[in-house]
Amino acid sequence: MFNISTQALFAQLLVGLINGSFYALLSLGLAVIFGMLNIINFAHGALYMMGAFCAYFLLNVLGVNYWLALILAPLLIGGLGAVLERTMLQRLAGLDHLYGLLLTFGLALIIQGLFQNYFGSSGLPYAIPQQLTGGQNLGFMFLPNYRAWVVVFSLTVCLATWFAIEKTKLGSYLRAATENPTLVRAFGINVPRMITLTYGFGVGLAALAGVLSAPINQVRPLMGADLIIVVFAVVVIGGMGSIMGSIVTGFALGILEGLTKYFYPEASNTVVFVIMAIVLMVKPNGLFGRA
Amino acid sequence: MDEARVLLDVKGLQAWYGESHILHGVDFSVREGEVVTLLGRNGAGKTTTLKSIMGMIGKRTGSVQFDGQETINLTSDRIARLGLAICPEERGIFASLNVLENLMLPPQVRPGGLPVEQIFELFPNLKERISSQGTKLSGGEQQMLAIGRILRTGARLLMLDEPTEGLAPVIIEQIGHTIARLKQQGFTILLVEQNFRFASTLADRFYVMEHGRVIDAFANADLAANMDKLHDYLGV
Ligand SMILES: Nc1ncnc2c1ncn2[C@@H]1O[C@H](COP(=O)(O)OP(=O)(O)OP(=O)(O)O)[C@@H](O)[C@H]1O
Ligand SMILES: [Mg+2]
Repeated sequence: MFNISTQALFAQLLVGLINGSFYALLSLGLAVIFGMLNIINFAHGALYMMGAFCAYFLLNVLGVNYWLALILAPLLIGGLGAVLERTMLQRLAGLDHLYGLLLTFGLALIIQGLFQNYFGSSGLPYAIPQQLTGGQNLGFMFLPNYRAWVVVFSLTVCLATWFAIEKTKLGSYLRAATENPTLVRAFGINVPRMITLTYGFGVGLAALAGVLSAPINQVRPLMGADLIIVVFAVVVIGGMGSIMGSIVTGFALGILEGLTKYFYPEASNTVVFVIMAIVLMVKPNGLFGRA
Repeated sequence: MDEARVLLDVKGLQAWYGESHILHGVDFSVREGEVVTLLGRNGAGKTTTLKSIMGMIGKRTGSVQFDGQETINLTSDRIARLGLAICPEERGIFASLNVLENLMLPPQVRPGGLPVEQIFELFPNLKERISSQGTKLSGGEQQMLAIGRILRTGARLLMLDEPTEGLAPVIIEQIGHTIARLKQQGFTILLVEQNFRFASTLADRFYVMEHGRVIDAFANADLAANMDKLHDYLGV
């Protein structure tokens, strides 16, 4: 504590920002899905993992590079999400949250089990794209290019999503259908299709996070299971359904975790859950949640 | 009025909320350009009738023809695209949308809707509050917004569910003028009203509902002759 090394502090901050990027992308997808489908998507971590595997297979089987995978994997996994919604989740419409939660939890277990069966638990390597190898010496710290890219790109995607939902015509359909789907449909909008696309989009965000994470964390069947627990805590803290709330909370908690790792490493794995407990007591709807 | 063709023809319409059977065979029709009012006590099934026509009730049987096309098996988004629009009893203003977004939400389903400027001319209050959150408007302003937004869409049949409910007399008057003007412009209007005096200044014909059925009908011209019966039906 006395010999504060700024180098190490900034290194932990960067780790925090990276984790925060994944938290934000994942909790944003969860928030969008929850708003429209009223479902807590427990399959989110498994679909994030599938995004990473998708990039891995695209590269190693089809020779498709990282940049294309960044577009293709979210489309493919998002498409899979749309199929899951059409064939399974749609049948739960109007039922209690609990049914969606159980179904998606079951889906997560099945998907993770299948991948573990075929790929074990160890990680498969995925190389950093060659344009982003190396890094910048900023004087006070060394900044790897790929990590800088992940933070900037994630933030951009998050803000673009926020903009699309809060400021565009399409977003106004989404917000309105979240409030009163029956009436929006009676205005002539195909709400069931919107719901399918929304789920696909949320899943696509998870897959995108998976691709981004592959070069940093490797590709592992349980990569999503480990992460999603923290992400759910983030969602609880930010408040279910708030778009900006999920983005801000995601990044803030990532940074907070990084700082904790520097100042008091013993607490770094629990700090998010401690905050969750406090928020639940003080503001049960979350920091940004609407009552 | 006999020369105008029938735009909406409802025959033997039945509807259920889950297990409860609410409409037991509703029959009535609306001709093009008419203002037709559904009267009836609380719980008679007026709102349910409008929602059923709009396809917003899951289980319904019988026949609802719009401009000759059967709609009983269509989903509500497809029905809307034929040119029907509803202004619901609870107004249905969206809290997460501002006034302009609320106004622009319903997509244009056919040509011939009112331009936005004309809607602001009908309801100047809305223009002043264009970026307010929809639900921050007063009850009267919310009602204007709920009516205004379906005028843009090009829908030919407007269904207004108790547009005067809970409003001050001066606003009721403004809404009355609006409906009269819409009729002049050729809109066909199906109105649900408890405010009988209000309805009598606008409607061409009345239907009376009770227990999920239409039990009587008369034209505005025969109103005076039917007054006693009507007081009976409505319990006023
Ligand atoms: N969502 C619902 N679920 C179950 N029953 C309902 C529902 N909505 C209405 N009902 C019942 O259906 C019947 C008809 O209701 P409806 O709203 O159509 O009446 P109304 O004629 O519009 O009455 P009011 O003048 O009070 O608006 C009532 O008995 C009501 O209790
Ligand atoms: Mg009613």
